[in-house]
Amino acid sequence: MNWRGRLLILLPYTWLLLFFLVPFGIVLKISLSDIALAIPPYTPTMKDGLWTMLSGLDLENYAFIGAGAVFAAFLGVAALALLFRVVFPRVRRAMSFDARHGLFDSVAAALIALAVALVNVALVAAVLSVLFPALSGFIDIPDFLYFAAYLSSLKIAVISTFLTLLIGYPIAYGMARAAAHWRPTLLMLVILPFWTSFLIRVYAWMGILSTEGYLNQLLLQIGVISEPLTILNTNIAVYIGIVYTYLPFMVLPIYASLEKMDDSLVEAAEDLGCTALSAFWLVTAPLSKPGVIAGCFLVFIPTLGEFVIPSLLGGSNTVMIGKVLWEEFFNNRDWPVASAVAVILLLILIVPIVLFQRNQQAQREVDG
Amino acid sequence: MRRFTWFNATALTFGFAFLYLPMLILISYSFNESRLVTVWAGFSTKWYGELLQNEQFLKAAWVTLKVAFWSSTLATVLGTMAAYIMVRAGRFRGRGLFSGMIYAPLVMPEVITGLSLLLFFIAIGLDRGVLTIVLAHTTFAMCYVSVVVTSRLVSFDRSLEEAALDLGCTPFDAFRSVTLPIILPAVISGWLLAFTLSLDDLVIASFTSGPSSTTLPIKIFSAVRLGVTPEINALSTLMIGIVTVGVIAASLVSRASTIKARADEQRANQT
Repeated sequence: MNWRGRLLILLPYTWLLLFFLVPFGIVLKISLSDIALAIPPYTPTMKDGLWTMLSGLDLENYAFIGAGAVFAAFLGVAALALLFRVVFPRVRRAMSFDARHGLFDSVAAALIALAVALVNVALVAAVLSVLFPALSGFIDIPDFLYFAAYLSSLKIAVISTFLTLLIGYPIAYGMARAAAHWRPTLLMLVILPFWTSFLIRVYAWMGILSTEGYLNQLLLQIGVISEPLTILNTNIAVYIGIVYTYLPFMVLPIYASLEKMDDSLVEAAEDLGCTALSAFWLVTAPLSKPGVIAGCFLVFIPTLGEFVIPSLLGGSNTVMIGKVLWEEFFNNRDWPVASAVAVILLLILIVPIVLFQRNQQAQREVDG
Repeated sequence: MRRFTWFNATALTFGFAFLYLPMLILISYSFNESRLVTVWAGFSTKWYGELLQNEQFLKAAWVTLKVAFWSSTLATVLGTMAAYIMVRAGRFRGRGLFSGMIYAPLVMPEVITGLSLLLFFIAIGLDRGVLTIVLAHTTFAMCYVSVVVTSRLVSFDRSLEEAALDLGCTPFDAFRSVTLPIILPAVISGWLLAFTLSLDDLVIASFTSGPSSTTLPIKIFSAVRLGVTPEINALSTLMIGIVTVGVIAASLVSRASTIKARADEQRANQT
C-alpha cells in the first residue's frame, strides 16, 4: 500500500481512536477514582504522577452502585446459557413451544429453567465471595437505588419493545399488502417522523397526556370518564412515548422482510387446506422472524439507555439508568459514580448488541 | 395476488393516525390565540412573532445551525473516507478495531458517548464551546454517514474504476471523476442525515456545550421541563415544517436522478 493509501486510513482511524476509544478509557479510569472537591472533581489525576495515580484506583464506586449484584446475575445467566447449550438440549427443545410437546412440558421446562437460574446466581455469588474476599462486600447492595434502576430500565425496555412489536407488526403487514404503487409513499410516511426532532415528538405527547390535556378533554366530553386521568408523569406515559418514537425502527425491518416474501407460499398453504389465520401462523410469521428480531433489538437497545423520554414523560418514581447517570453527573456532580454507572450500562448492553450483530450476520449470509 | 383486507386497512389507518395526530395537534395549537395551551381561543400567528423577538432562541438557533453545518460536513468527509476504506482497503492491521469503532457509536447510548467525550475534553483541557460540540457530533455522525455510503459502494461496479486507472488516471483522479459522481447521492443523503442528527441532538450537546454555546434542543428541553408553552409549539411547528419540506425535496431529487440514470442506461444499451 502506498503512502496515500496509508494517509487515507490514518485520518478517520486516528479520529475515532482519539474521540471514541480514548474518551472511553478515561471513563473507565474515572470510574475507579474517588470524588473530590476540586476541579476536575475526582482524584487521583495524572498530575500526581503515573504510579500514584494507578495505585490510587479502586473498585469503591462499583461496590457503591451494586455492580457486584449485576456482575453475579450476569455470570449466572451466562452459566445458564452454557448449561442449556451443552447439558440440556432436551429442556431446550421442550422450551421451544413446539407443537409436538404439550403445554405441560413447556411449563415444566420453564420452571426448571427458573430454578436453575436462581441456583446459578446464588452459586456464582457464593463462589465470587469465597474466591475474592474483597468482593464479598460487593455482592450486597449498599444503595438499592442503582440496582432498582437497572431492573426498572430492563422492565421498561422489555415491555415497550413488546408493545412496539404489537403495534408495529400490523402496520408493516398492511404496508406489505398495499398495492405496489402505494408502497413508496407509505414507506416515506413511516420514515418522515424519524427525521423530525425526537425532542419535539416527545414534547407533543406532553400536551396530550397532561391532566388538562387534549386526551382528557376529549374523554370528559364524550363522557367516558368523569374525573381526568393522571397519565403524564407515570410509567404509562413513558411506554406511550417509547412506542411512539421507536415505532419506525420496528416497522421498517419487519416491512423489509415481509415485502420480499413469496406470496405463492401463502396460497399454497391455503390450497392445502389452511385457514387464512393458520396460513399466517405457519408461513408468514416464521418468514418475517428475522425482521421481527432485528426490529426488537433496534427498539430494545436504545430504550435501555433512554434519557429524554423518562425525564419528560415519566414521574419522579420512573427510574431508568440513563436518567440516573444524568442526575448523578449534573445534579450530584459525582463524576466517578456516573462513570461507573456508564461502564455497567455498557456491560449490560454488550449481550443484546452481540446477539443483534449475530442475527444481522446470519441474515446477510442467508440473503447471499 | 396480495389481498388487501379490511384488517390491513384498519391497521394502516390507526397506525398512521397514531404517528401523525400528535404532531398535527401540536401544529394546530401553535396558531392558538390563548396563552392557555389547552383552550382554543381563535386563530392567531402572534406566537410566531414573539418567537422571532426572542433573542435567546434566535441565538441558540444560530449556534445549532453552525454546529450542524460544520459537523455534518466534517462527518461526511471522514465517513466517506471510512466507508471507502472498509470496502476497498482489503486487509490491514487493525481492521477489526476500525470496523468495531465505526459500528459501536451507532448502538452506544447517548448518555455514555456524551459523558465520555466531556471527560475527555476536560482531561485535555479543551474549553467547552462550539468547537467541542462540533467534534462530538462529527464523531457519531461520521459513523451514520459511513453506513449509508458503504451500502452504495458495495453495489458499485468496480471495473469502472479500474478502467479509469488503466486509462492513466491517478487513484485520486479516478475517485474524483468516476467513483464520487456515482456515490454522490449516498454522500448527499449521508450529509443530510448527519445534519438532522446534529440538529436533533440533546444529550451529547448537553454534555459537551459550554455556557456560551447553548443549542436549540438544550433551550427547548429546559423550557419544556416546566410544561407546554405556545412559543415552543410555534418553534416545533417551524422545525417540523422545515424537515418535511427538506425530506420531500430530497426524495424528489433522488427519484429524478434514478429516472435519469435509468434513461441513460437505456440510451447506452440502444447505441
